[in-house]
Amino acid sequence: MRFIDEYRSEADAQKFVQAIQRLVTRPWTIMEICGGQTHTLIKSGIDQLLPEAVTLVHGPGCPVCVTPLELIDKAIAIARRPEVIFTSFGDMLRVPGSETDLLSVKAQGGDVRMLYSPLDAVKLAQKHPDRQVVFFAVGFETTAPANAMAVWQAGQLGLENFSILCSHVLVPPAMEAILSSPLNRVQGFLAAGHVCTVMGYWEYEPVVANYRAPIVITGFEPLDLLQGIYMTLKALEEGRADLENQYSRAVCREGNQPAQQLLAQVFEVCDRQWRGIGMIPRSGYRLQPQFARFDAEQRFAVADITAEESTICVAGEIMQGLKKPCDCAAFGTLCTPEHPVGAPMVSSEGACAAYYQYGRAVQVEEGTR
Amino acid sequence: MTGMDLSAGLQCPIPINDYPTVLLAHGGGGRMTQMLIERMLLPAFANPSLEMLHDGAMLDVGGSRLAISTDSFVISPRFFPGGDIGSLAVHGTVNDLAMCGAQPLTLTAGFILEEGLPMEELWQIVQSMQAAAQQAGVPIVTGDTKVVDRGKGDGIFINTTGLGLIREGITVAPTRARPGDIILINGAIAVHGIAIMSVREGLEFETALESDSAALHELVAHILDVATEQVHVLRDPTRGGLASALNEIAAQAQVGIRLEETRIPLGEEVRGACEILGLDPLYVANEGKCLVIVAREAADAVLAAMQQHPLGREAAIIGEVVAAHPGKVFLRSRIGGMRVVDMLSGEQLPRIC
Repeated sequence: MRFIDEYRSEADAQKFVQAIQRLVTRPWTIMEICGGQTHTLIKSGIDQLLPEAVTLVHGPGCPVCVTPLELIDKAIAIARRPEVIFTSFGDMLRVPGSETDLLSVKAQGGDVRMLYSPLDAVKLAQKHPDRQVVFFAVGFETTAPANAMAVWQAGQLGLENFSILCSHVLVPPAMEAILSSPLNRVQGFLAAGHVCTVMGYWEYEPVVANYRAPIVITGFEPLDLLQGIYMTLKALEEGRADLENQYSRAVCREGNQPAQQLLAQVFEVCDRQWRGIGMIPRSGYRLQPQFARFDAEQRFAVADITAEESTICVAGEIMQGLKKPCDCAAFGTLCTPEHPVGAPMVSSEGACAAYYQYGRAVQVEEGTR
Repeated sequence: MTGMDLSAGLQCPIPINDYPTVLLAHGGGGRMTQMLIERMLLPAFANPSLEMLHDGAMLDVGGSRLAISTDSFVISPRFFPGGDIGSLAVHGTVNDLAMCGAQPLTLTAGFILEEGLPMEELWQIVQSMQAAAQQAGVPIVTGDTKVVDRGKGDGIFINTTGLGLIREGITVAPTRARPGDIILINGAIAVHGIAIMSVREGLEFETALESDSAALHELVAHILDVATEQVHVLRDPTRGGLASALNEIAAQAQVGIRLEETRIPLGEEVRGACEILGLDPLYVANEGKCLVIVAREAADAVLAAMQQHPLGREAAIIGEVVAAHPGKVFLRSRIGGMRVVDMLSGEQLPRIC
């Protein structure tokens, strides 16, 4: 298949693996930001092909994982209301709230529906004028433009029965939070290519300059990741802190300008709570005042719901690159995909789910890696 | 009243605190379905035939070995490219019998109809069932009809039960997989699941894909003609896909399974749809597909026999049974890494970005 097979060739992968082996002279720790990249790494077994000196740690780029517990509880409270059609990307439905998850709300009779696009939620609202349609607007800069477009369309159509429960987060402030932590061990980053297709990479220029850590904008196929890792290691070995673009077939410096304009029109930057990590200043989006009537938190008066995180789960430390999923006492025992304690065990982009699903714990145990 | 005593002594074995209600995932064919079967249904109905955990039960009756199997069909949408709930209900049960190494003899059909179902649709479904049964050469010999109130059913549910005669000298069962065996499949995977998804509400995408739903008993007969005792396991990897079926076999036979990703037949269109939707084709449902696990020395003959049959033209060897890592399925990825292919937990959900 074109645009897929050329990025999954075993012969080319082996060339990169050998080049990396020749290049590396000492231990390095690299973080891939995006959970989609984490899954490609583990699913295709790249982590095992790298020299032992290279440690990959998995970043906070999993929208499901960083959505705060209390927001899940708010979603559940809204989804339980009889007049509501609660819509969401599939990933969010299994994430545990304090007591239950959205799939269980559905099983108990709540009208919870899985959609592929927020624009379908707008259509639902048009089709069901007697119901309140709510879309769970989570994600990074990748999903934000479609959500912004949904709100903008609802505004144009004058819909009064559409709203979003908004929990948008932004990548560059999270990277700065990780780099400025006294415990930080990340020396270089693979930045999330898809975020950069929207936002470009100009935002990372000050990060590279201020923290002297190389950042390589990286794609999602196995060869993209191997090349991104190679470029990051090369910069580290040569003592360079450069911003480089591996994913040039999709990303340019300025990004997608119309999308950025729409984002600025509908959303404003705000402080945001990250599940397991805490408050990061100016790290999220909320609706601009002129679109505040589409804010589900206000419409359904759930703003005062609060929740306590599990004390066992180390998701926050995993997403900051301080620990690996296998380091968690609950991993694979108390916390499994059937009984998730933390969100990274649920999401298809969560690091714990990747480790569990693709059997890293088993392989280590049985010496097959 | 022994019934009273029994119920007083039985505790629900699925932790009710964890799952106070049935979730859709309990029917997804993955780990949660397995838990429901192993912890609740098996202990409650315990008997040797059931404990074989096969697609159907095998019974000795008056000197003959019979296979019996039942399946209920609750799909949405009812009509899809390449078939409908009626033809699927015939193929599904015929195939479950074939996977026991049996020649299907007869079928029964139970209909649960919802008040308001258009008669025209019902007629179409019934005709399609009749055509499928006739083509398979398996008559529908008895049936039942119930109608439920509007809103208490999803238009139509169909149950079919089938009876078949197991050939002499044939013993196929998941527990017979042994190290050294070769694993084959009769063609490209994930076609049915993607064809259904392509017409599901909210997800319509343009594709020429048609479900591969088909009756497999003739293909199976063809296989058994060239390798009788050497055929160890037959399995149609329906719900939960290839990954779930192979995990079940690995667990039941306490063997390891190794797959080669590049050898698993996968059509371009299906692969494209899976890439876009973020689904792993190993977990997408199949109809009309058959996993065959045979003794190594019979593999070439079985492959050739499969490729001669219209339903096996794209048949391929996809992996082998090993003694290492019993109960686990490993896959060598396209770029040469190894990973576990776990059983699906719950339903496969499309991802965010």
